[in-house]
Amino acid sequence: MFDLSGMTALVTGASGGIGSAIAGALAAQGARVALSGTRQEALNEVAAGLGGDPVILPANLGDPNEVDGLVPRAIEALGQLDILINNAGVTRDNLAMRMKDEEWSEVLRINLEAAFRLARAALKPMMRARHGRIISITSVVGVTGNPGQANYAASKAGLIGMSKALAQEVASRGITVNCIAPGFIASAMTDALPDGQKEALLGRIPVGKLGEGNDVAAAAVYLASREAAYVTGQTLHVNGGMAMM
Amino acid sequence: MSETSDRVKKIVVEHLGVESEKVTEEASFIDDLGADSLDIVELVMAFEEEFGVEIPDDAAEKIGTVKDAIDYIEANKA
Repeated sequence: MFDLSGMTALVTGASGGIGSAIAGALAAQGARVALSGTRQEALNEVAAGLGGDPVILPANLGDPNEVDGLVPRAIEALGQLDILINNAGVTRDNLAMRMKDEEWSEVLRINLEAAFRLARAALKPMMRARHGRIISITSVVGVTGNPGQANYAASKAGLIGMSKALAQEVASRGITVNCIAPGFIASAMTDALPDGQKEALLGRIPVGKLGEGNDVAAAAVYLASREAAYVTGQTLHVNGGMAMM
Repeated sequence: MSETSDRVKKIVVEHLGVESEKVTEEASFIDDLGADSLDIVELVMAFEEEFGVEIPDDAAEKIGTVKDAIDYIEANKA
């Protein structure tokens, strides 16, 4: 089950905790992976730990030209593109009343618009192949909201709506479009939280611990697999039960 | 002209799964041949591959009949 041999994948934000875990899990199932991100050295490190001859494609997703060039570069390097993982994301948290225009637009541009541009570019070759998987990493806050994150929550909710629309457009061509919505995943950011805040956070998670990158990666492997062909337009929540949709 | 016409019609028959008699030059992809907008996107992709032409989105949107496709390809093929 969930064998990805012979498939290729492009993972954005591949140097981060979740992105590197997803890239690793896809590679472990046999996929050849292209790693994209802004930090070349961190990408090199991720690539060094992966099997299957990974490719590194540095790109700044804040620049629409670089975004539009990324899928063609991936196809040139990999020969085809079966799986697109829209994982790259940024936060620029602020109370709405204090939020700068640029904080709003930068988050929407990188988290949502880049994901759309990449999906649009990936759909053509996927239609030709009559097979494809587009998986966007959204967030529990895209469904529940979160104070200080109007921009981030909007971008993540936007991914869910976009995926549902795309899923309906291309379902008949063997392409599925889904989202994964992680809750709180252990990262440098959650490590830095003060103990009191960490405890309060854990109190909201029925499973009683933070998630790991691998929890999200396992969901990505499933949705990327041939076995998930009948699942489209869905959001798979990986959050330890902190929000049950 | 007729060679382009035959190749276009062949692609239309293959992609839409319609009978070749129905694929006249006057036939509308949507009204007569049962295509939806996604089918047209795919047909355009197939024409691009077959004839080595690039059909930009604004031109693709004007292709409504088999003849529209043949005329565009005739005018733009290498």
